[in-house]
Amino acid sequence: MPTYRDAAIVLRTYKLGEADRIVILLGRTRGRIRAVAKGVRRTSSKFGARLEPGMVVDVQCYEGRNLDTITQADGLAPYGEAISHDYPSYTSASVMLETCEQLTEEGAPALQHFRLLAGGLAALAAAEHDPRLVLDSYLLRALAIAGWRASFADCARCGMTGPHRAFHVPSGGVVCPVCRPPGSTAPAPETLALLSALFTSDWSVADASQRRHRSEASGMVAAYLQWHLERGVRSLRHLERTP
Amino acid sequence: MYEGVVQDLIDELGRLPGVGPKGAQRMAFHLLAADPEDITRLAEALLQIREKVRFCEVCGNVAEAERCRICLDDRRDPSMICVVEQSQDVAAIERTREFRGRYHVLGGAINPIGGVGPEDLRVRELVARLADGEVAEVIIATDPNLEGEATATYLARLLAPYDGVRVSRLASGLPVGGDLEYADEVTLGRAFEGRRMISTGPTG
Repeated sequence: MPTYRDAAIVLRTYKLGEADRIVILLGRTRGRIRAVAKGVRRTSSKFGARLEPGMVVDVQCYEGRNLDTITQADGLAPYGEAISHDYPSYTSASVMLETCEQLTEEGAPALQHFRLLAGGLAALAAAEHDPRLVLDSYLLRALAIAGWRASFADCARCGMTGPHRAFHVPSGGVVCPVCRPPGSTAPAPETLALLSALFTSDWSVADASQRRHRSEASGMVAAYLQWHLERGVRSLRHLERTP
Repeated sequence: MYEGVVQDLIDELGRLPGVGPKGAQRMAFHLLAADPEDITRLAEALLQIREKVRFCEVCGNVAEAERCRICLDDRRDPSMICVVEQSQDVAAIERTREFRGRYHVLGGAINPIGGVGPEDLRVRELVARLADGEVAEVIIATDPNLEGEATATYLARLLAPYDGVRVSRLASGLPVGGDLEYADEVTLGRAFEGRRMISTGPTG
């Protein structure tokens, strides 16, 4: 049976049988992988601790008809361990992992998604920024990689140079007064500046933002995400903001 | 495919966790060949589990009355509550004979991707048990995986404002009988974090 080796991020796990798990991974070169990890739920497992969501691992698998089988896993970055000790970071990471799973396909390489997710998890583990800001930055950029880049300056419909005040989720961002469809919202200019900063990773602007603008931006990002994804992101319901 | 009741039995057995179609078929034919008394006993046990077993109103463990035998036992220390994810964990800890306090079964762990939040667990009931001031220590014994750790983090934060209630977490580390060189870095890291002194050197 052909074997392969790849760096991968663990996205999700399911219990299988008595002591096994099905592990969903995002491989650096192979895209999304579904594999069985045998015996990893036993306390004597040699690599069970490395196959937890949010861990970056170097995995060796052999290909199967439906599911591959993990034969070895070495830890590259145990982000999940650090993230689990901060509850807002944990809920943010859960949304990131679930979104990534929805935006990627089995067997289709997704290097940009891999890099973005690894960077996002590293930022959460380092705890240098508000986890909600890290999440919103990740979501905006992940959606852009998937082809749904939001516009926060120029009109998303006609391209007229901004800034514009109105925001319309189905149109893909801010809209000019001429294009403004019914149902558009008018967020605070600071919120639009924050969203733009999150998209471009301008952390000096993002970290200096006020709480109400963060809250408004988060709501807009969540609405934008749910609009574009076919299935809802379940973990968004359990997201916890930093007090 | 078999006819009538045999296929019905195979289908029902196949719905049990960890039982595939082949396993279900093997069990069904074993039952067909078994002593009728054994089958009657099995059928009665299945009916009784439906009729008699319920969840303890205090701790959420499986019980045959309103309260489980541990909550009814006066010799158990009421000042210590060990929080576990499921009833099977109670049995595992009881086998150690190390813990003489009481339990609280959460009914799972916080798993946002799986759609399980704190409100889906028996967290409110745990907080209610602290109201009378009798509890001095809550030992969090959730699974040592990501969801279990996050649940422990959540509970520790939730219970922090309760005066006089210590919150502890089961130690994680090296399995007894294993070789150090085979330990993964996460487990070994936790073993270092939770190391304990065995000698403090000469004093005075």
